[in-house]
Amino acid sequence: MLEIKGLKANVEDKEILRGIDLTVKAGEVHAVMGPNGSGKSTLAQVLAGHPAYEVTGGSVTYDGRDLMEMEPEERAQAGIFLAFQYPVEIPGVSNAYFLRAAYNEVRKANGQEEVDPLEFLEVVEAKSKLVQMDPEMLNRSVNVGFSGGEKKRNEILQMAVLEPKLAVLDETDSGLDIDALRIVADGVNALRAPDRSTIVVTHYQRLLNYIVPDYVHVLAHGRIIKSGGKELALELEARGYDWLLAEATA
Amino acid sequence: MSDPTINDASAVQDGPHWLAARRQAARERFAELGFPTRKNENWHYTSVNPIVEAGYTQLTTPSGNVTSAALAPFLFDQPDWPLVVFLNGRYSAELSTPADQLPEGVRVATLGALLSEGQEAPEEVRELVREHLLAIADTQENAFTALNAALAADGVVVAIGSEMVVDTPIHLIFVTDPAADSRAMHTRNLVVAGRHSRASILESYVGLGGAAYFMNAVTEVVVDAGATLNHVKVQRESDRAFHIGTADASQGRDSHYQHFSFATGAALSRTNVHTLLGGEGCGATLNGLYMLDGEQHCDHQTRIEHKEPNCFSREVYKGLLAGRSHGVFNGKVYVHPEAQKTDGKQENNVILLSETAQIDSKPELEIYADDVKCTHGATVGQLDETALFYMKSRGVDATTARQLLTYAFAADVIETIEQEAVRDGLESLTLERFTGIEVGAR
Repeated sequence: MLEIKGLKANVEDKEILRGIDLTVKAGEVHAVMGPNGSGKSTLAQVLAGHPAYEVTGGSVTYDGRDLMEMEPEERAQAGIFLAFQYPVEIPGVSNAYFLRAAYNEVRKANGQEEVDPLEFLEVVEAKSKLVQMDPEMLNRSVNVGFSGGEKKRNEILQMAVLEPKLAVLDETDSGLDIDALRIVADGVNALRAPDRSTIVVTHYQRLLNYIVPDYVHVLAHGRIIKSGGKELALELEARGYDWLLAEATA
Repeated sequence: MSDPTINDASAVQDGPHWLAARRQAARERFAELGFPTRKNENWHYTSVNPIVEAGYTQLTTPSGNVTSAALAPFLFDQPDWPLVVFLNGRYSAELSTPADQLPEGVRVATLGALLSEGQEAPEEVRELVREHLLAIADTQENAFTALNAALAADGVVVAIGSEMVVDTPIHLIFVTDPAADSRAMHTRNLVVAGRHSRASILESYVGLGGAAYFMNAVTEVVVDAGATLNHVKVQRESDRAFHIGTADASQGRDSHYQHFSFATGAALSRTNVHTLLGGEGCGATLNGLYMLDGEQHCDHQTRIEHKEPNCFSREVYKGLLAGRSHGVFNGKVYVHPEAQKTDGKQENNVILLSETAQIDSKPELEIYADDVKCTHGATVGQLDETALFYMKSRGVDATTARQLLTYAFAADVIETIEQEAVRDGLESLTLERFTGIEVGAR
C-alpha cells in the first residue's frame, strides 16, 4: 500500500528526514516512535503534503502512484488521512459543512454520488456516536472553542466519516487524559479493517496499549534506527530512548 | 476650481424659511471649504479628483424607467417589507408602498414635497423635521455634506413614533438607471426613532444598467431616549459610479444605534458613519464589510463620539480586497473628558486576496477621560495557509478551500446583522462575489 524509500525532507533548508525506508501493507498498523525532534511529525506532514516541507530525495509510492506528485487534496481523495497533532481552527465554517464538503469531494473522486445535507446528517450522526461527540458540536465552527480532547475526537470523527485507506495519526494521544485516550483509541480500532492501514506517530507507549501495532519503528535524527514488534514499544517505555541512540551511534 | 455642480441648483426651491436659511448657510460653507484634497487629514487616502473632474451636473427632475420587477432582486426576498423608493434621486410613488399601508407608528414624508410646495412638512412630522433636518450632519468640516445640504432635491423623512415597536424593516431604496448617466444626485434623509421605540431601516443603493453618476447621500439619524435603531446600508452602486454616503446619528440617553455598512459597488466610494453618544447609558455598534475587486476604491470613515458617561461602543469592520482594489478604513473613537466609564472596542480586519490590492487602515483613539476601557486594533493578512492545508488534507480542493475561508471571514461580521433575510442575502452576495475570482492566487 505504502512504500517509502530513502525519503529526505527539509524544512526551511534544514534537513529533518535523512533517508527513511518504510513499507506498510494493507491492514497493518505501524507505530512510529522517537524522541522530540526526531522527525516523526515531519514524516506525517510530508505524507499529507504540507507545503512547508520540501522533499529533497527518495520516493513514496502509494497504491502504485507517486505520492509526492499529488496535491494534498488528491492524496485525501485517494484515501490518505492525517489526524493533526494540532487540529486547525476555522472560524466561520461549521463542522457539519466542512465535513460534508470533504465527504462529497472524496465521494466525487471515487465516482460516487454526492450526498445532500439530510443524507449526510445520517452518516455523521452514526459516526459521532463512535467518538461520543455531542451532535451539537457539528453546528459549531471547526475546532473553534473546542477543548484539546474535543479537537482530537473531532479528528477521529473526520477520519470515521472519510473512511481512509491509510490513516496517519500524528501524536493524537498528546495532551489527552485517559478517558479521552480510550475514546480516541476505540474510534481508531473500530475502523480497523483488512484493507486499511494505520501509521501511529507517538512519543509515548501508552497509546499502543489501546491501538496495538503490528510493527514499531524508532526514529532518531531523521532515520529509522530500529524496527521490531509491539514488544519494542514496551522496552522503550521501560528503558527510554537513550540506549537505542547510543547503540545507533556506536 | 470652478464648480459646475453647485451652479445647477436653480431648479430646486429652498422650502420654508428655516430650511432655506440652513441651505444658504451650507452653500456659503461649501464655498469656503471647496472639495477636499488629500492634504485634508480625513481625505488623505482618497482623492476625489475623479468626481470633481467629471463635473456631473445635478439631476433634479424625475427621470428613469425602473419597474417593480427590476427591483425584485434587491428586496432580499421580502417583497412585503415597506418600500420607499427613489429613482434617479427623486421619490417614486409608483414603486413605493402607499402611506396608508405603512406599519403602524411609521410616518413617511419626502423632502421633495417640502421643497417644492414651499410649505411646512405634514403635521405629524413637522416638529421633528424643523428640529433635525439639516441640523444633525456636520457641514462645518464635511464639504460633501455641506454640498448635499445646499443642493438636495429630495429624500425621505421616516419617523417612528414613541413607544412603537416596528418589527418589519423599512426598506429605503435609492436606485439609479442609465437616465442618470453623467449626472449628480444629492439625497438627504432623516430618520427619527422616537422615545423607547424599536425599528429597523434598510438603506439600499442600487445601480442598474452600469451608468456613471455621482450619488451624494446624507442620512441624519435621531435615536431618542431608550430607543433602538437598527440601520443597515447596502451599497451596490454601478461599477462606474461615484458614491459618497453619510450617516450621522445623534443618540439620546439609554439608546442603542446599530449601523452596518455593506459596500461592494461603485468605482469610488466613501462612507461616513458618525454617531454622537449624547446621553448616559447608550451604546453604538458600527460594523461593516467591504468587498472590492478590479480598480475599485472604497473608503470608510467612522467616528464614534462618547460625550456622556457609561456608554459603550463596538466596531468591527472587515475588508476583502481582490484585484487592484484599494480599501481605506479610518475609524476614530473620541472620548470627551466627562465620558467616564466609556467601554469601547474597535477593530478592522482585512484580507488581501491579491498581491496588488491595497489597504490603508487607521483606527484611532482620542481619549480625554481618565477612567475608560478602550481598545482598538487592525490586522491585515492573507488567507490562513494552515487552515488551507487543513482543508485540502481533507480532500477539499484548493479553490473551494479559498472560497470557504474567504466566505467565513466575511460571514463572521455579516452574522451580526439582526434580520435573517438580510443576513442570508448578503451572505449569498458574498459567496457570489468571490466565486470565479482567482481568490488569493499567490
